[in-house]
Amino acid sequence: MLSPQPQGISADLALVTGLKSGDQGAMAELYDRYSSVVYAVALRVLGDTGEAEDVLQEVFLQLWRRPSAFDAARGSFRSWLAVITRNRAIDSLRKRRPETDIDDVVLSVAPDLAGDVERARAAEKVRGVMGTMAPAQRSALEMAYWEGMSHSEIADKTGEPLGTVKTRIRAGLIALRKAFQG
Amino acid sequence: MSEHEQYAEDLALYALDALRGEDRARLDEHLATCAACRLELEQLRRDTALLALSAAGPRPPQRARQRLLDAVAREARVPKIVQASPQRSWWGVLGWAAAAAVLVCVALLLRDNLGLRESAISARSEAAKNARELEELRRIAAPIVDPGAQRVTLVSTNAPPQAQGKAFYLRNRSSLVFLANNMPALPLGKAYELWLIPVSGAPIPAGVFKPDAHGSASVVNPLLPAAIEAKAFAITVENDTGASTPTMPILMMGAGG
Repeated sequence: MLSPQPQGISADLALVTGLKSGDQGAMAELYDRYSSVVYAVALRVLGDTGEAEDVLQEVFLQLWRRPSAFDAARGSFRSWLAVITRNRAIDSLRKRRPETDIDDVVLSVAPDLAGDVERARAAEKVRGVMGTMAPAQRSALEMAYWEGMSHSEIADKTGEPLGTVKTRIRAGLIALRKAFQG
Repeated sequence: MSEHEQYAEDLALYALDALRGEDRARLDEHLATCAACRLELEQLRRDTALLALSAAGPRPPQRARQRLLDAVAREARVPKIVQASPQRSWWGVLGWAAAAAVLVCVALLLRDNLGLRESAISARSEAAKNARELEELRRIAAPIVDPGAQRVTLVSTNAPPQAQGKAFYLRNRSSLVFLANNMPALPLGKAYELWLIPVSGAPIPAGVFKPDAHGSASVVNPLLPAAIEAKAFAITVENDTGASTPTMPILMMGAGG
């Protein structure tokens, strides 16, 4: 085990460096820090605790096997892990072979939400912004992100024109961005 | 409507992985040549990361932790011979081609071996074969990687040593090994950056490196987009955190053969 543990991004980086040299204690520490994030994302996508647990295992094992896939210069570890988990869970949801390698996930200077308090605040803020969106816009964004649907699948499901779906999704993401810039 | 505005909505879908088919192919083509849209895509990916972080729910069951740690314990870490190479200071001109070929093979075999662990029992014989090949490659590489080996760089007796770099690139595996020697020392805070120059589109960062006291350096398997055809490789001096676009002048450049 690494003790005492520094907090935040530098601690994440030290732990990921530990993985590269095969430190199983570092793996346990990273799991303790981030398993609830990974599990929450997987469960949000899959809605099934067993499948979510499988994705949790898969994501952390991939991290163990390929720790160098995380590039600290290009994003926070928490964000990177959350996005990987979402992608893997979507693959599982759609019963397809994993399409997204963890090496492919690049978040350039992703939001620094390292602390639990800050993360909880940010999550609440995201949910607040989503809550202010028109139901059709929120729904389009959620179908794309949490269900992995393409724009044409969303258009088919909602009966709305493709252009409307595209506009709603982009406007939703921009609204999120503005909330965190302001 | 400007060209960028035309792609704005598709970029949002792309960031969500919700753009498929011809639309995606068309945008891929545009992204290869448009730095502004690449930057916007990065921003949109950050926006989507916020969505991921908004998920909340119960903690995973306690058994999941032990299950993971048991699986981790079963997977012994393969020694990272390739990762050790950046510390070496002795890449001689004569040994480069052979050394790099060995490194590429070792890197690919290590990757293959990792993948094979996940395979079914029927793949074990293939893993054993790869292990034997890996052992043979290690034996071949021993004179190169052993710190006790005598290493000699032969250069022209009529000219001072010139900085040299060699890039070995396997496009279909996106694998790149770059070796350099006689590289001039850099000011504090600066580093060399290797660039992959694609046949079309902007230069792609392919690793930041600093030479050791002997002027030697290497970059092994940097993160690269899949299957990019390289027209050339180039080196610039950048801040040691690296840059997303090269800062002129280009110090060294070589076209693909």
